[in-house]
Amino acid sequence: MVTQTIQDPNRDPVSYSIQLAKINKHFGAVKANVDVDLNVVKGEIHAIVGENGAGKSTLMSILYGFYEADSGSIYVDGEAVRINDSKRAIELGIGMVHQHFMLVDNFTVLENIVLGAEGSWSLTSSLYKARNKLQAISDQYGLNVDLDAVVSQLPVGLQQRVEILKALYRDAKILILDEPTGVLTPQEVDQLFAILKTLKSQGVSVLLITHKLQEVIAISDQVSVMRAGAMVATVKTSETSREALAELMVGRKVLLRVDKHVANPGKTLLQVDSLTWHDETDVPRLDDVSFKVKAGEIVGVAGVSGNGQTELLGLLSGMLDVQQGQINIEGICIDAQHQMTPKQIRHLGVGHVAEDRHRNGMVGAFSAEETAIMGFQDEPEFNGKILQNRLAITEHCKSLMNTFDVRPADPDLKSASFSGGNQQKLCIAREMNVSPKVLLVGQPTRGVDIGAIEFIHQQIVSLRDQGSAVLVVSVELEEILSLCDRVLVMSEGRIVGNVLASETDARSLGLMMSSSRSGDQMVQQGSQS
Amino acid sequence: MSRRTKLPAWADIGLIPLINVLLAFLSAGVVVALIGESPLEAVQVLIRGAFGYDEGVGYTLYYTTNFIFTGLAVAVAFHAGLFNIGGEGQAYIGGLGVGLICLALDHLLPWWALLPLAIIAGSLFGAAWAFIPGYLQAYRGSHVVITTIMFNFIASALMVYLLVNVLIQPGSMSPETRAIAPESTLPLMHEIFEFLGIKITQTPLNLSIFVALLACLFVWVLIWKTRWGYAIRMIGFNESAAVYSGINPKRMVVIAMMISGSLAGLVAINEVMGAQERVGLDFVSGAGFTGIAVALMGRNHPLGIIIASLLFGALFQGGAELAFEFSTITRDLVVVIQGLVILFCGALAYMMRGPLERLFAALSRSNQEEG
Repeated sequence: MVTQTIQDPNRDPVSYSIQLAKINKHFGAVKANVDVDLNVVKGEIHAIVGENGAGKSTLMSILYGFYEADSGSIYVDGEAVRINDSKRAIELGIGMVHQHFMLVDNFTVLENIVLGAEGSWSLTSSLYKARNKLQAISDQYGLNVDLDAVVSQLPVGLQQRVEILKALYRDAKILILDEPTGVLTPQEVDQLFAILKTLKSQGVSVLLITHKLQEVIAISDQVSVMRAGAMVATVKTSETSREALAELMVGRKVLLRVDKHVANPGKTLLQVDSLTWHDETDVPRLDDVSFKVKAGEIVGVAGVSGNGQTELLGLLSGMLDVQQGQINIEGICIDAQHQMTPKQIRHLGVGHVAEDRHRNGMVGAFSAEETAIMGFQDEPEFNGKILQNRLAITEHCKSLMNTFDVRPADPDLKSASFSGGNQQKLCIAREMNVSPKVLLVGQPTRGVDIGAIEFIHQQIVSLRDQGSAVLVVSVELEEILSLCDRVLVMSEGRIVGNVLASETDARSLGLMMSSSRSGDQMVQQGSQS
Repeated sequence: MSRRTKLPAWADIGLIPLINVLLAFLSAGVVVALIGESPLEAVQVLIRGAFGYDEGVGYTLYYTTNFIFTGLAVAVAFHAGLFNIGGEGQAYIGGLGVGLICLALDHLLPWWALLPLAIIAGSLFGAAWAFIPGYLQAYRGSHVVITTIMFNFIASALMVYLLVNVLIQPGSMSPETRAIAPESTLPLMHEIFEFLGIKITQTPLNLSIFVALLACLFVWVLIWKTRWGYAIRMIGFNESAAVYSGINPKRMVVIAMMISGSLAGLVAINEVMGAQERVGLDFVSGAGFTGIAVALMGRNHPLGIIIASLLFGALFQGGAELAFEFSTITRDLVVVIQGLVILFCGALAYMMRGPLERLFAALSRSNQEEG
């Protein structure tokens, strides 16, 4: 590797905790980072935004020692350093909180924090020492977690706190947070931000990787915007706006609100009556859920993930068997006595965009065209007597890719090689192609770029305008509010709110999402259908 | 987020298995050296024994035939995410099917009329033997690795009982059936060549090697060209995606196991109807297990399986020669090499990937710096 020594005349070695100068990294022909400069002021919250594939993750991986840059230099506290593995990064005081937590579920908080930094052969003595040190850290930063709690039993917000503690325990002075708010309720986000502010006041620098622009505006001091591997701007947060940032990210003007007419609901296409479902350990996941979705409306299901939304989609799509209650799809009833397989439900005209496309919606190892016929693999148009009709399958995939602008438009490419947005577009294209009467969409834009989000939302709205009933499950309140006509709020397997999107806001949805925990009554606003 | 540069396809499919096999042989060479023989000389003997003269080639291909069948069996199950270790037992029971149909009809039908029936019988019996572990895996949650191993023992015990008490030729002391009538056994390769006017030494190599090659074609079409293969691969890659797509994974597990078992059952076409002309004790003699190594090395692709089978066929034949030439080396060395191949191609399959990827990354970097 080539280490260039770049002396920036304006560089003040004291005030920056991290400086990256002219970082370059390419993977084969793909240039992931091109001449990237980044200066993080000590004790500031510095946000980095950009679309998927803009190079944020690569840059952070270089900083955390997962990759080495092809060229460029890194300065920590003004010293030129070489970071060739994450151990070295930790030594330099860099800590990272990953989007997907790196915790051992059945260990206690204390054991998780000490793991990998035991410091001596005797676990008992290192745990004892760690307990004292952690107590001091908790006091200093106001991070309270029960050290003896088992991680799997902690709510997600607290698990994230454990990750932060883990970094601080290793004396991190620079904390990288990768998409930290993806799984949190608005209230938990507030708590996280309070913690970040305390860290900042104690002189810790925070690097925040995110795609949620409203959070960037709310918490950061500086924002750097990346696009196509390059750093396109670094601005003071107080001097910019969401619209300006979005435009910088995408390179063109972006519509943040979905452009749609007022819904004109017709007859009920999907009706759910007192649906109750217990998992194999007999824990109730759905508790007496009832609602209707009419033709020509988009109904959103809001809630913190894990509150029954997955099970609801599973039951509606036939992936789970109905236990109690019933589902009515255009007058056809599904209940415990009349089960239907996913294939039969699909034939009733129900499309299902899976919540977790990596788990259900696609097969990463399949070519795009194979993913493009999932659920339709037995249709006569794709099969000859014995052999699959590969020609038809390829043509089908090409036409989906054309109408939904999937890039690259290569039916032979492995599904996993597409970016998240393009994978999602392919999955949605597949389900919408047959003009379903009822469309179930789980997390329509999870891991999808802003540009693609706009497009996906438009497609869902246009399906609604053609008279389909759409049920959208999303953990992004902003998405629910701008895309949906009516919002159901789920908490602990129950519907705790049923409101018109135009008559509510994120704050009150957030309150409803956590309301049932204190046993509050169901919130009713607006007209209920 | 993958932290590695991707390898070109040819390196991934071709180079890595090649390096792994070479490493296995290198380690085997060390073993030979430890015994006190020259590894170089041993390799010469081995290659000469396997390919040096027509009889050697005949035996090599005869073994290859068995390994293709069992390798395909393991591969089909593998595509469905199942590890079928029961090829040995399924092949043995397949022999029962082939044996029964041949013994029942051998005086009535010539070999070419009997062959399709024998293929059906062998695959049905093999499939039936694989059905039980498949069913238990799908509907009862008993792991197929455990049950198929147990079924190998059950098959062995069952066949001993049948051969000693039921199928034994009256008046014979040896636990095997009577011989199949000569006009109903598969033509041996030297007979076919003789018919074409070429004289070669007699070996057990017979027509079934073509059946094996057809089976390869069948598996290739099945796995990559039909919707059943689509479903099999989908449950192998991602079972919950299969549920989402309306595929019943339980049913597919059973079907995949039965296809796997039927392929293993075809070993009997080579052994019972071709080479031995009767059902004898333990006629599979380990081919079922070798199939695991073959499938691992052949990356579960029919083409790879043909190449790997050829390698193992050569090892078995050359290994016999080795044991004959060197008093200090026994046939067990073949088992050692087989074990090393499984170790390097299976357990350590990704060991060389990291260094290779770094090498390729460095090469492409230096290329770009020049350019």
